Amino acid sequence: MLRALFEKTGNAIYISHLDLMRVFQRAFKRAGLPLTHTQGFNPRPSVSIALPLSLGVESHCELLDFELEGERLPNEEILARLNAALIAGVRVLRVYEGGSKLKNLALLDCVVMLEYDAGIPEGAPERIAALFAREEVIVEKKSKNGIAEQNIIPMIRRISVAPVCENELALRVLASCQNPTLNPMQLSAAVNKYLPGLTPDFVRCCRVEVYDTNETVFR
Amino acid sequence: MTDLKQRILPTVQKPARYTGGEWGEIKKELSGVRVRVAFCFPDTYEIGMSNVGMRILYGVMNKMDGIWCERVFAPWGDMETAMRGNDLPLWALESQDPVRDFDMIAFTIGYEMAYSNILNMLDLAGIPLHARDRHDLKNIVFAGGVCAFNPEPLADFIDFFSLGEGEDSTVEIVSLYDRAKAGGWSKDAFLHEAAKIPGVYVPSFYRHEYNADGTLAAIIPLEGAPKVVTKRIVEDLDSAYFPTEMIVPSTEIVHDRANLEVFRGCIRGCRFCQAGFSCRPVRKKSPEVLYRQAVKTLEHSGFNEITISSLSTSDYRGLKALTDALIPYCAGGKINLSVPSLRADNFSRELMEKLQTVRKSGLTFAPEAGTQRLRDVINKNLTEDEILSTCAQAFSGGWSNVKLYFMLGLPTETDEDVLGIAELVYKVIQTWKANAVNKKRGLRVHVATAYFVPKPHTPFQWEKQITPQEYLRRCRLLKSHFYSRSIEYDYHSPDLSRLEAVFARGDRRLGPVIETAVKSGARLDGWDEYFNYAKWYDAFRKCGIEEDFYTTRGYGEEEILPWDTIDVGVTKKFLQLERRRAYQEAVTPDCRHGCAGCGANGLLKEVACDA
Repeated sequence: MLRALFEKTGNAIYISHLDLMRVFQRAFKRAGLPLTHTQGFNPRPSVSIALPLSLGVESHCELLDFELEGERLPNEEILARLNAALIAGVRVLRVYEGGSKLKNLALLDCVVMLEYDAGIPEGAPERIAALFAREEVIVEKKSKNGIAEQNIIPMIRRISVAPVCENELALRVLASCQNPTLNPMQLSAAVNKYLPGLTPDFVRCCRVEVYDTNETVFR
Repeated sequence: MTDLKQRILPTVQKPARYTGGEWGEIKKELSGVRVRVAFCFPDTYEIGMSNVGMRILYGVMNKMDGIWCERVFAPWGDMETAMRGNDLPLWALESQDPVRDFDMIAFTIGYEMAYSNILNMLDLAGIPLHARDRHDLKNIVFAGGVCAFNPEPLADFIDFFSLGEGEDSTVEIVSLYDRAKAGGWSKDAFLHEAAKIPGVYVPSFYRHEYNADGTLAAIIPLEGAPKVVTKRIVEDLDSAYFPTEMIVPSTEIVHDRANLEVFRGCIRGCRFCQAGFSCRPVRKKSPEVLYRQAVKTLEHSGFNEITISSLSTSDYRGLKALTDALIPYCAGGKINLSVPSLRADNFSRELMEKLQTVRKSGLTFAPEAGTQRLRDVINKNLTEDEILSTCAQAFSGGWSNVKLYFMLGLPTETDEDVLGIAELVYKVIQTWKANAVNKKRGLRVHVATAYFVPKPHTPFQWEKQITPQEYLRRCRLLKSHFYSRSIEYDYHSPDLSRLEAVFARGDRRLGPVIETAVKSGARLDGWDEYFNYAKWYDAFRKCGIEEDFYTTRGYGEEEILPWDTIDVGVTKKFLQLERRRAYQEAVTPDCRHGCAGCGANGLLKEVACDA
């Protein structure tokens, strides 16, 4: 089993999780890197991506597990061939063997950028910081069984709020990404709900790094 | 800060449709580009990206030096709302530049229900809808595709049409534009020169006059325009351009696979089929060239599926040679090979067995009519025996799914013919009972009936369409004779096919109807989510046009037809002869059993018809 660390940026952020799997399967084929297939009635190429990324979210720490048929090629060659066959915005940063077990993936470091076209409102950083210092912040979460309410505070390990320019306020959060999972966009949903006056004009989100429970970088 | 378009994208369904950036898309440095072409497909990305014609012409134009062709598709409703709400004009995928910045705006039109999308896309681009309101060479609008064989309903909106296969003529047209732009020609000067290119039809160079009863009195060519414009064809398909470096979508499309067209034209002559006549003469492609192109396409694209296509693939003489080469190649690369449009003959049955690595998807037949009598009328030479023996073999091989397609409202159809469908379906069920290996899995027979639409350039181009009420009565009659629970019967509401019939044989007076309907919100008419006949009904009334004139009236053989200016190779005399043979219930053998003299071989200069 091999693992690739890759980033998803630019217009590639609009490619869905399922579509991205297909993008990779085709890239492997173009690169002349035959994937092994699952056994069974409908054999499928063995690629899987950890922690499905929401549509429209950028990431610099995506992990793709795959298995190749035939002779073992150097990791650098796999990396070079894959990148030559990939579309703009999807770039493999590293290929390696012996990745950690995905069940140990625990924390996600990401930036939620709140955009205010008319400038960041007075006192916004402080008020937002205070909101996430509460014991309980309940937001709605869409699940298979409809909409559920969820307290997001226990899932946040660390959060900071800082302006990056006149119009953009960055929420930098380290939060649980498996059992339970915090969707970072829930942070902006919380702002909209509790501080409606601070509802931003647009929100974008970026995954920066993944960690295990001891805050060691996860690979 | 995030720009407007990037803010909209996360809010719409399937945003990857609007961004471009796929593998194989062509980008050019603007400094080296003299002519920019916005190639518009008047339907969604998923449909348009599956279109083989568009794949070919995109490659043809981008191969030209100094020409950059980009893609444009119709936005889905949510995106359109966002675009209109934010004054965001329609853009092309590659550069993301507004369509109105382009020199040439090309449409490929495969079916009549896309007409509303053409107008809506021009409107979204901020380009005047009427050809007469576009005064400059810039933003010249031209169109091709099957619907160009009766272009009159669009005559108000399109500056010129390119008839037939575009591999060669598109190069000639774009080159002429290149010269015109460099030379600072007027639009009118360009159109006059363009009209000299074989296959180019400029509707504004013709005046249509009508009789008191609404039929055409005369079509008068103006300014030295040719009386008849003949469609273009590629004679030698082996040397014709083929896009082995196609665009690979990053999001799922309808036909998400490589496509290999093995020949053009059809030897069959089913009398209702527009493609069967208008795509003649038959021209082959050699299995060696096809194999090479298949391998190159698969290697470049990374697709895990390839489909062999044509109007009737069993009639391709090189099918055995091609599949013998492709099957091992595909097996080695874990690539699915699909071969649709096979006839129910012995070789096809063997081939189906060989393709068994692929899932047992299902068996599809299009008998089109329920009785042999009516199948003879329409010249669909598929017999009950062929259907039942293929079914028997398939059922004993484990298949348990059959799809049967029919038409209702065919010329001379009686209730006996309608009930013949139920009888045939019953016999299929009996065949399953006698042959199925595993009866526990049960049988599913999917039956669908379409409402017959008479099409131009076919022997049935003069025929009446039955009324929607009569169509529904026949559907219900049929339904009341389906007793088995294995049968799933589908029939669509007649509105769409009625509208299709109006535009298929329509004339220039329909321009205002399309415009009125689009202004009241008609768009994406091919989609159940959007199609709303009420909008069209109102538009017809506002414009004082009766649908029946184009549908249930029937056209006289002496009548001047709106598409008489267009020559697709098959002569009117032959169509009339075939029509008479239909009424005599006389079958015309396929072209390989003797040339029936359709006339299409007259289009060939270098090679003979391969029928």
